[in-house]
Amino acid sequence: MAEILLSVVGVGKRFGGFTALEGIDFQVRRGERVGLLGPNGSGKSTLVNCVTGTLRNEAGEIIFRDERIDRLTTHQRIRRGIARTFQIPRPFASMTVRENVEIALLYAGAPAGNERVPHGATEDDAHHILEEVGLQAKADERSGSLTQVDLRKLELARAMAAHPQLLIADEAMAGLSMGEVDEILALLMRLNQAGVSIVMIEHIMYAVMKFSERIAVLVAGRKIADGDPQSVIADPEVQRAYLGE
Amino acid sequence: MAPLPFLGVSLASAAAVYGAGIAVGNEYLYFASYTVAQYIVLATAWNILGGYTGYVNFGTAGFFAVGAYTSVVLHKTVNLPLLIMIPVGGLVCAVLGLAMGYLTLRLRGVFFAIATLAMAIVLHTLVVNWSFVGGARGAYIIRPREVMFFASYSEYLFAVMLLLAALAVAIARWVERSRLGRGLAAIRDDEIAAECSGVPTLKLKLVATTLSGFLMGIAGAPFPYYVSYVDPAGAFNLAYGVNSIAMPLIGGMSSWVGPLIGALLLGTLQQVATVTISSAANLLLVGVLLVVFVTVAPNGIVGLLQKVRGQSGARKKQNG
Repeated sequence: MAEILLSVVGVGKRFGGFTALEGIDFQVRRGERVGLLGPNGSGKSTLVNCVTGTLRNEAGEIIFRDERIDRLTTHQRIRRGIARTFQIPRPFASMTVRENVEIALLYAGAPAGNERVPHGATEDDAHHILEEVGLQAKADERSGSLTQVDLRKLELARAMAAHPQLLIADEAMAGLSMGEVDEILALLMRLNQAGVSIVMIEHIMYAVMKFSERIAVLVAGRKIADGDPQSVIADPEVQRAYLGE
Repeated sequence: MAPLPFLGVSLASAAAVYGAGIAVGNEYLYFASYTVAQYIVLATAWNILGGYTGYVNFGTAGFFAVGAYTSVVLHKTVNLPLLIMIPVGGLVCAVLGLAMGYLTLRLRGVFFAIATLAMAIVLHTLVVNWSFVGGARGAYIIRPREVMFFASYSEYLFAVMLLLAALAVAIARWVERSRLGRGLAAIRDDEIAAECSGVPTLKLKLVATTLSGFLMGIAGAPFPYYVSYVDPAGAFNLAYGVNSIAMPLIGGMSSWVGPLIGALLLGTLQQVATVTISSAANLLLVGVLLVVFVTVAPNGIVGLLQKVRGQSGARKKQNG
């Protein structure tokens, strides 16, 4: 069995009196494709934010490649190989599409141990990544003027530029048509084939079932199921959480 | 153009302005041009934090005054040459900028702006109560009677401030085009997305506050020699804070050219208004211009020119 890349152990997070996460145990193995499901407000994005460092977990540990990372800053975690996309795209709106990707290349795209990327290298790399996601024709457009699907692709391109070992795609297909969903799915599959482990947070069941090798389900800040997709979907507790009593 | 050749061009431009100044040979011209050049340094310094990084600093007058009072302290203690006092004033303000950044950069938007304003007020209060530098009464600085290679001390100060303006503009342009500048622009656009792209946001913001503070300090250091008498009301004058924000806003905040154009335009207009109407008209002039630019050209003169160029380019494409 492949080595464990990410290990979330007993993670808890509270916002005042509200418990967003409680005792979450969650693992991702190298090269794995994991779906993370749960109704709105179940704590999926909070878990992503705790793993990437946008939020600090108050309980438990987060270990990535045998290193405890939950006291590191976000950029340090990104440089160690964790990348994410945002549920609501957050482009650098004053920059072009290419410049957006170059930021991640300049600051997170260096091979481990080498913090600096030569400036000339970034333009070629950005071109290559934009070609891969199908945005090369819009490389010089302002990112603020992109369509929804292109913004989603840009989010992925920026994440790819960080050369991640683990990519967390937070609702990367929300609001897209079926054809566009397939386009993003194919892109994620190609990334996974290149060796990147992927955690997909998604409400589109078609995409989750097609993509995931394993599914974990969160409800009200607690993990209620974790296993192969068919058995998780058949789990009565999961069905109750999604469909009601 | 690479940073070093640009520095050469920048210094050559300053030398040309200096040459034109001595050709006219008018003391008032030196005096007025010094003020405009000083505003080039202040506006450029402010823009590194405000324009490139998106953090609005209302405390410019605080940094400027600390640069000026550092010279007063040095004058009264060791009496170093001005050319040494300037980097010392800059370094003191760089440390102040670093400290301010460390204490306030977790704040954003209006909260950060208020914190910088509060810092200027605290510094003002400290200076008012510090009798060694004259307290509220102020301090007199006797200028050296003559200075080598220059016909008068005003001419010397004019040359020094032109040199500082050239350096500030070259530094700002280098920052803008460097890895640092691109990181700062990412912070300005979206700080969380920047951090998630690997940008060490806190570190970069500290570099920006330190560099911005240094440049404001070097603008303030020669001030006591320029006015011969420095008091808290003059050194902490509201005009420094307002002008250093208004000039980049009018010129355009996204590029090093914006503060330069804004300072040249507004600084010159203010000098003309001072002679023809009254110095009291200066802030009114800033207010009117700000209202006009915020309404007509919110991205400043540079933004307006880019827009016009973009439209004519699109028309050419359509016709072609």
